[in-house]
Amino acid sequence: MRLFITTLLFICSVGILPAGQQQIAGTIESHPGKPRIAVPDFRGSGGAAALMATFNTTVANDLNASPLINMVPKTLYPLQLPQQPSDLIPGVAPSTTRTVTPQGKRLTDWSLPPIAANFLGIGYGGEDKGQFVAFGWFYSAAPTMPSIQQAQIFGKIYTASLDQTGATDAGHRYAADILAQFGGKSLVGTKIVFVSNRSGAKEIWIMNWDGSDQKQLTHYNSISTFPSTSPDGHRVAFTSYASGYPGIYMFSLDTGRKLPFYNQRASMNAFVSFTPDSKQIVFSSTAGGGPPQLYMANVDGSNLHRITSSGSIEVEPKINPKTGANMVEVSGRSGFPQIYRMNMEGADVERLSAGTGEATNPAWNPDGDHIAFAWTRGFEPGNYNIFVMDVSSKETTQLTANEGRNENPCWAPDGAHIVYASKRGRQSQIWVMNADGTGKHPLTEKGSNEKPVWVNAEQ
Amino acid sequence: MTNRRASLTAAATLLLVMSAACHKKTPPPPPPPPPAPQAPAAKPTINYFNAEPSTISSGQPSSLRWSVSDANNIQIEGIGEVSPNGRRAVEPTSTTTYHMTATNSGGSTEADVTVTVSAPPPPEPTAKAPAQTPAEILASQVQDLHFDYDKSDVRPSDQSILQSDATALKTIFAQDSTFTVQIEGHCDERGSAEYNLALGDRRATATKNALVALGIPADKLKTISYGKERPLCTDATEDCYARNRRAHFSAGQ
Repeated sequence: MRLFITTLLFICSVGILPAGQQQIAGTIESHPGKPRIAVPDFRGSGGAAALMATFNTTVANDLNASPLINMVPKTLYPLQLPQQPSDLIPGVAPSTTRTVTPQGKRLTDWSLPPIAANFLGIGYGGEDKGQFVAFGWFYSAAPTMPSIQQAQIFGKIYTASLDQTGATDAGHRYAADILAQFGGKSLVGTKIVFVSNRSGAKEIWIMNWDGSDQKQLTHYNSISTFPSTSPDGHRVAFTSYASGYPGIYMFSLDTGRKLPFYNQRASMNAFVSFTPDSKQIVFSSTAGGGPPQLYMANVDGSNLHRITSSGSIEVEPKINPKTGANMVEVSGRSGFPQIYRMNMEGADVERLSAGTGEATNPAWNPDGDHIAFAWTRGFEPGNYNIFVMDVSSKETTQLTANEGRNENPCWAPDGAHIVYASKRGRQSQIWVMNADGTGKHPLTEKGSNEKPVWVNAEQ
Repeated sequence: MTNRRASLTAAATLLLVMSAACHKKTPPPPPPPPPAPQAPAAKPTINYFNAEPSTISSGQPSSLRWSVSDANNIQIEGIGEVSPNGRRAVEPTSTTTYHMTATNSGGSTEADVTVTVSAPPPPEPTAKAPAQTPAEILASQVQDLHFDYDKSDVRPSDQSILQSDATALKTIFAQDSTFTVQIEGHCDERGSAEYNLALGDRRATATKNALVALGIPADKLKTISYGKERPLCTDATEDCYARNRRAHFSAGQ
C-alpha cells in the first residue's frame, strides 16, 4: 500500500517535467505523455552470465510492448552504468547550461537530456546454489527526491531455474513489477484457451500466455470450438457437437472437468459471453424458432430469458467487461454481418461498424471503451483484418494488413496485447501482438489453431 | 509197372461194383443229364426302370433306377452305356423321357421313364427392379440444394430439385414410417465461423420449411448446421465456394 502511494507520488511528479520531455530533439515517443524509463542491461556472473542476454531481451520486450511507458533507447545511456544501490552517488547533478555527458552514477544524471528518464531500473544476475538469481531495483530519477533511499521504489530478488526458461521467467517478473507501478497488469501466469485440430478433431486446448505448455482440455473427437472464458478465470464455455448438434458445454479451468449446463432444446446453442461477475451468460440460440437470437441465463443454463427478437441472425454477444451494462454483438439485420451495441435488454441498438463489408468477432478491451474486431474493409469476402475501434468516437485503427486472413482478436488482461488467429497459407495459427499492431509473433505451430481467448489469471 | 497198377485198380473197382450189384440187385443208373441248353436264347429282362421322384420343379434332381437281367449291353439315351443294376441323378430343366435299350444275342428289350418338370413359380409381383432401401433412396435420389452467398432462401432454379427431393422423401417415409432425415446446412469458408453456424442453421431450416410446404411431415425432418466445419472442398475458388453453400440430406439418428 505504501508502495502504491509512493508510486502515485512519482507519477504525479512526472507532471512537473512536461517541458523537459518536449524539448528532446530527435526522440519520438511511442506513447506521448507516458513516463520515460531507462533499464540498462543487467550483467551476470557464474552460470548466470550466459543467460543475461535472454533476461535483458525479455525485460526490454515486455517494457517496449507496454502502452503505459516509453523506453529510453539504450544508445542514449551513459557509459558508467550502476548495477546496485551501492554504485549510486547521492545528490543532484550540477546544473549547467552546456551539454555534458552524464556520468550515470547519480540518479539525476538519468533525468538530464537526452536521456530524460523519469525512472531507472538497475540490477545484476548471479548463480546461487544452482539457481538463477536476478537482483532488480527500481528508482525514481526525479531531482526532487531527497535521498537515494527515498527514491527507491522497489528492490526484489528473482529466483528461477538456471537455464533459458528460468532467465525468461525472471525477466518477465521484473518487467511486470515495473509495469505494475504504472497500473500495468502482468500477463505472467495468464493462459490462453484456443481451438486446435492437431489431435485429428477440433478440441479445446490451453497454453501459457507465451505459448508454452500447450495442453489438450477436451477429448470429444467431435467438433468443439467457439471458446470463451469467465472473467473470474474459473470457467471456459464452448460449443461442441459431442451430443450430435451444436450445444453449449461448460468446463472448470481449475479441475479440467465438465460442469453441469442445461442446453435449451434447439438446433443450435452457441457463443457464450459471461457477465463481469461470472454468474450469468448471454448466448445465441434457436430455442424460440427462427433465426438464432440472444438469450440470457445463469451459468448453468437455468433461468432463461430472451433478449432479442429481430428476425435476423444474432450471434457473438460480448458483454462489456467493465460495466456489464451493455454488449456488442454481430447481426445480419442490415444485410451482411455488422457489429451492433445494445443494452442488456436488447434496446438502444446502435450499429458500431461502418456498414460496409463484413464486420465480425468483436472483443472488448478490459476497460470496456475499445473493441477489437475482424473486418473485410472494402468488402472482399473472407479477407479479414484486425481493427480496433474507440467505441465512443467510432474511430478505427487497422492493426493487420497483407498478412493473410486475421480473425478472432481477444485482448490480454493487461489491455496492451491482442491475441488473434492468422491464416497465412492452409493452416491458421495463434499470434499475439501489441495493441498498437507492433510486435507480432506466433504462439503455435502444430496443426491448425484458431479462436484464441485470453484467460484472466486474477481470481 | 504203371500199366500193371492201373489194371489192378480197374479190376478192384470192377469187383467192388460187381459185389455191390450182386448184393442189392437194383436197375442200372440213368444216363447223365445233357449239358445246359446254350441259347436258342431269350431276350434280356428289364426288371425295373423308374425315376424317383418322377415329378420335379426346374433345377431339382431326380434319381433314375434300373435293374436288367441277361443283357450284354444296356444303353440309356443321353447317358450312354450303364451297368445292369444302377442309379443315376438327373436334373432336367424340362419334362424328359429317358429311353433304355438292353441287348443280348437274343434281341433287345426297351423301356421308358419320364421325369416331369413342373412349371417355375411366377415372378413376384413387386420385382420391377431390385428394391432400394430408404437409405439408398436418400443417397441416390435426394439431391443437395445450393444457396447464394450469405443467403438462406431456396433459389428459384432449385425448385425442380426441391420437388424431386420431396417425391423421393415421400417414397422413403412410405416405405419406412420410422425413418427420419437430417438436413445439414453448410457454408463456404469466407464468412466468419460464428456467423456461418447461424447461416447454416437458416439454410437447413429454409429447406425443411420448403419441404413441409410440399407435404413432408415436419416431424420427419431434423435440422443441423455445420457452418463451415465440414466443407466438400477447400479451394479458394468460386466453384468450390458454390459447392459448399448447400443443404445436404442424411439419415437421421
